[in-house]
Amino acid sequence: MRVLISLVALIRGKIALASGLHALFAVMRMQANSEFSGAPVPSGNAPIAIELSDASVTFGRGARAVPALSTTTLRISEGEFVALVGPSGCGKSTILRLVSGLVQPTTGVVIVGGREVAARAMRVGMAFQNPTMLPWMTIERNIMLPLKIVEPFRSQFRKLRKTEFRDKANALLEQVGLKGFGGRFPWQLSGGMLQRANLCRALIHEPRLLLLDEPFGALDQFTREELWSILQGLWMTHKPTVLLVTHDLREAGFLASRICVMSARPGRILDDSHVSFARPRTVAMTFESDFVALNQKLRAMIVDARSATQEGAA
Amino acid sequence: MSGLDIRQKAWSAALIVLFFIAWELFCVMTGMSDLVLPRPSQVFVTLFERFPVLWPHIIQTLATTMFGFVLGVALGVALGAFIGVSKTAYDTAYPLLIGFSSIPKVAVVPIFVLWFGSGTVPAVLTALSICFFPIVVNIATGLATTEPELEDVLKALGASKFDILWNVGLPRTMPFFFASLKVAISYAFVGAVLSETVASNRGIGNVMMTASSNFNVPLVFAGLFVLAGLGVALYVVFSLIEGQVTGWATRKNDVIAT
Repeated sequence: MRVLISLVALIRGKIALASGLHALFAVMRMQANSEFSGAPVPSGNAPIAIELSDASVTFGRGARAVPALSTTTLRISEGEFVALVGPSGCGKSTILRLVSGLVQPTTGVVIVGGREVAARAMRVGMAFQNPTMLPWMTIERNIMLPLKIVEPFRSQFRKLRKTEFRDKANALLEQVGLKGFGGRFPWQLSGGMLQRANLCRALIHEPRLLLLDEPFGALDQFTREELWSILQGLWMTHKPTVLLVTHDLREAGFLASRICVMSARPGRILDDSHVSFARPRTVAMTFESDFVALNQKLRAMIVDARSATQEGAA
Repeated sequence: MSGLDIRQKAWSAALIVLFFIAWELFCVMTGMSDLVLPRPSQVFVTLFERFPVLWPHIIQTLATTMFGFVLGVALGVALGAFIGVSKTAYDTAYPLLIGFSSIPKVAVVPIFVLWFGSGTVPAVLTALSICFFPIVVNIATGLATTEPELEDVLKALGASKFDILWNVGLPRTMPFFFASLKVAISYAFVGAVLSETVASNRGIGNVMMTASSNFNVPLVFAGLFVLAGLGVALYVVFSLIEGQVTGWATRKNDVIAT
């Protein structure tokens, strides 16, 4: 019994030490950050929307620390459509969570729209594989949910502009082929339809940045291809900066203007290349030789990245 | 409603009537004394004859129960929301709540009487203390089951904890909440009558207590019937409200069934 108590005391001491060190590092990091934020944004042809400078993420501390993302530097210009591909568990989603401010970098800086990220200030549009429509609201009201949260819409919501917002929601619904479905409830719609509504909800507040985490992962091949065209159309009209995480290389090639290939966990960017196929792209194009060649190149890189970790593990 | 459904309901009703007939026959055939087990017909006659006397007590018990129930719901919702949102509150309050709910409330009534004297106040407090627990648990559970993806979507929009609670968390708990109301209203009755039995000179609990010490067993049973009737009536009321407010939670099953 006494042994147990002393063991507990010992562990407690370690935790206290670890958290003290962590606080110290946090202070150091803050100082480092303040130096960074003073630095000028590198010039390009378009303004920089997202900038990760030597950002890394480690979950947990001490012996149980899990590195999720190695030191990564990535710059994305405004209006770009960037796809992140790579073996599963490589930190693709972690990059999304960094950019949205849901996760803070362990080291380095993440700058979005010229400012360092903080969850409360981001207002990015996000969509996941699970459409998460609220079952007690109609599709229209589900889509309008971000307007109840994001300023300046939030303060206008109760007053004069409610019909205006409703029109806006319906215009988006029409654009994704869901005209007339605004009054339905989520359980009355198929998976593909819900995912379209999900895209609408992510775009209703006109975000400059759209983050998509395998949004079409749970859909069948035909529905998925249909939604690629719809997403391409939305991107071409609204021109947000898009960061798409996907496992589907055809999807990446079809949608993205730039593809980043990541290594296995802890992830880093292995390859960063532009995709120059003309738009609007069609599903037929994905079977042409150029496209297939790109696909094979990406695939080879990911297979290599995977086998590298398997050797490392063995 | 389909024909099958109606036939089912008719069957259930017939079986309930059959239960009372069997009871009546059992008493008649065994020559059971009404001091031990009165016949249902006797109970109904007593109920009818003594109704003018019973009526103020019914009102008293009903009012006490409802008052305790409303307070219990308010307390339960506030506490449940608090526990569901804060991890620390959850860890602290849960053991305390489970401890409190394990105490037989009959042991608490004397304390309430000591503090507030006998009568209505301890009855209300007993009803409250017995009925708020299922509400706390259900609200907290409902809040804890919000999808993490949706929470991420809203946080990325800059939503505060309160925004998420108000727009997503609380509406999601509604089916849990109404399910718990049905349980809580029965509990509130038990609490109110319990306290009336121990320490009051009004209410159905007191009537039954007095009647049994006078060996007026049919009147005791009449009191039981009144309580059962009130309990069923309130249960039905809350079921109807539940159907109206949280139809979205059960509608899905209807679509699959048809």
